[in-house]
Amino acid sequence: MKKSSTTVQEPPGAVVHRSTPPPAWQPRTDPAPLLPDREPYRVLGTEAVADADPELLLRLYAELVRGRRFNAQATALTKQGRLAVYPSSTGQEACEVAAALVLQEQDWLFPSYRDTLAVVARGLDPVQALTLLRGDWHTGYDPREHRIAPLSTPLATQLPHAVGLAHAARLKGDDVVALALVGDGGTSEGDFHEALNFAAVWNAPVVFLVQNNGFAISVPLAKQTAAPSLAHKAVGYGMPGRLVDGNDAPAVHTVLAEAVRRARSGGGPTLIEAVTYRIDAHTNADDATRYRGDAEVEAWRAHDPVRLLEHELTERGMLDENGIREAAEDADAMAARLRDRMNAEPELDPMDIFAHVYAEQTSQLREQAAQLRAELDASAEPADDAPGQGEAR
Amino acid sequence: MTTVAATAAKTAKAAKPATMAQALQRAMRDAMAEDPTVHVLGEDVGALGGVFRVTDGLAAEFGEDRCTDTPLAEAGILGTAVGMAMYGLRPVVEMQFDAFAYPAFEQLTSHVAKMRNRTRGALPMPITIRVPYGGGIGGVEHHSDSSEAYYMATPGLHVVTPATVDDAYGLLRAAIASDDPVVFLEPKRLYWSKAQWSPEAPATVEPIGRAVVRRTGRSATLVTYGPSLTVCMEAAEAARAEGWDLEVVDLRSLVPFDDETVVASVRRTGRAVVVHESNGFGGPGGEIAARITERCFHHLEAPVLRVAGFDIPYPPPMLEQHHLPGVDRVLDAVARLQWEADS
Ligand SMILES: Cc1ncc(C[n+]2csc(CCOP(=O)(O)OP(=O)(O)O)c2C)c(N)n1
Repeated sequence: MKKSSTTVQEPPGAVVHRSTPPPAWQPRTDPAPLLPDREPYRVLGTEAVADADPELLLRLYAELVRGRRFNAQATALTKQGRLAVYPSSTGQEACEVAAALVLQEQDWLFPSYRDTLAVVARGLDPVQALTLLRGDWHTGYDPREHRIAPLSTPLATQLPHAVGLAHAARLKGDDVVALALVGDGGTSEGDFHEALNFAAVWNAPVVFLVQNNGFAISVPLAKQTAAPSLAHKAVGYGMPGRLVDGNDAPAVHTVLAEAVRRARSGGGPTLIEAVTYRIDAHTNADDATRYRGDAEVEAWRAHDPVRLLEHELTERGMLDENGIREAAEDADAMAARLRDRMNAEPELDPMDIFAHVYAEQTSQLREQAAQLRAELDASAEPADDAPGQGEAR
Repeated sequence: MTTVAATAAKTAKAAKPATMAQALQRAMRDAMAEDPTVHVLGEDVGALGGVFRVTDGLAAEFGEDRCTDTPLAEAGILGTAVGMAMYGLRPVVEMQFDAFAYPAFEQLTSHVAKMRNRTRGALPMPITIRVPYGGGIGGVEHHSDSSEAYYMATPGLHVVTPATVDDAYGLLRAAIASDDPVVFLEPKRLYWSKAQWSPEAPATVEPIGRAVVRRTGRSATLVTYGPSLTVCMEAAEAARAEGWDLEVVDLRSLVPFDDETVVASVRRTGRAVVVHESNGFGGPGGEIAARITERCFHHLEAPVLRVAGFDIPYPPPMLEQHHLPGVDRVLDAVARLQWEADS
């Protein structure tokens, strides 16, 4: 056998000197920096705020106030039994609102179950957005019409959908970006990994926004991952990871906008981690005192997304007492309309349960639909068979 | 459907596919040529043409955007197919082997099967999920599962399995054309079964959901599908010597289930044996036997029997012949159909 410097067998422990690297090894080079910064990106209270578009700031503020009010109203609706459950995003409104505002009309939003606000801020009728939680149907809107995928309850499963859609749009030559939302817990799911990997390999125009709100129900981030940050996970896939203060609405908007621009111009996917906090419990059914202390919650309240932006706007003279009151009144009016509409009983047709299983009903479903129809007809008939009539049996 | 059938007839005359694998390949090729929204994706489906060569030549002919080698991730393959379908494409997904489709179960059950329903019909999922399934090819573990019961138990999916070269073409065309998700189970031990497809006979597109009587008879009905069809046909031949004239029904589609054909047959013969190689307990045979009993009770001369694989994880290849129901087990069941109430 010919002796070659790359194939010498040395006794264990010996240093092997290779004259050249093995031919298969080619390190990847990527022009975009992949590692996130050490500190979350901030706009409010920094010099960057000077560049912020005043109109955008006011828009963000109005939407934050409405979002905060929406969360309160929806939570109240659970107490009245109008909603089966509501996962509040109080504290996370900056992420929700920025995610909705950063997209163009033709773009797609892939929300997870907590993202009602993002969906509403994108322009969807709130009652349609709440259908799932009220329980009259799973998805209360036509996703294609609004370019909003159904709110996904199984965690992270919507992420590969976003990749597939963005990929399909790009194959067609359409200018479409998909923005997918996921929680910190969701990043541990296999689908998160598979979606990011596909997105990077396919160079799909997708942006992943992780709302790291500290907990997956009760489990803190430290038990979810040993990574330095969730944004670091991007590096292994070959896409840029970005870390942003998730309570700083203009900062989230800026980072998202940059990622969306990159995706739109063929630069591929980005993973963004927004560091935020869930002020309310996981849902109205959860007891958050079992896994976290008041001091922690209070500390985060001091970094409240609505107050942060309000402070900036008042400092700049763009907002005064009147403006604050007007925004609150607008939000109250929205909440009142929502309450009234949610108090109306939804109209349900039981036969709908068979209507959308297949394009054409199978013979099995036709039989079962006939059975339900008969049951409904029987129960709708006047009760003329009252007991004690002594009918012949 | 008419246009599909017409093209199918044309191309079938031009080509002479001889095996089931080739008929499947031709079905995809014809569908892709006819409809630019049809995309094939999966592991090794490109240059290699799939480990069974079923996608052979598709990448070369249609390019890598239409026939795509994906990363090795089944949930990712099916999950991205969901997004592609949302955007108007018709993905045809290959799962490399039956037991390797399991990572994609979450996508299949929570999204593929339910998306139409969740969105009141706004987002149909015209996805075909091709799964080579079943044993008999000497595969090592995780290469021989019969997973049809899992799929059958999930409302929203069609579950189809061809047993002949003709049906392989016809049913795959129908599956790809379907606006609903179809789990298309390919009996891998029939991939190389040859030549029933004569180029003169025009290939037809079979509507999904119809069973077919492969052999008429008067003594009893064998209800079967996929890889067990050949076993049943052989058993029916052998039974002649015993004076039994067996009818063989090939289901072709497990969901929807063709009650009509099965019931008509069993009412004629008065006796039925369900034959499949997947596990008996909790398996398709239980459902089928129950349906037959509910509809044919007064016509039955004996209980509906099942001949199925044992209730064991699929055995190692050198023992698989003991697990797979063969002709003898079918004939034993047929003998037991000469049932008397006190026996
Ligand atoms: C696949 C899956 N497993 C478990 C659950 C139950 N579950 C609902 S929410 C939740 C925690 C999610 O945490 P995270 O991803 O951080 O999102 P957040 O609730 O903080 O918005 C869990 C475990 C689920 N919905 N889906």
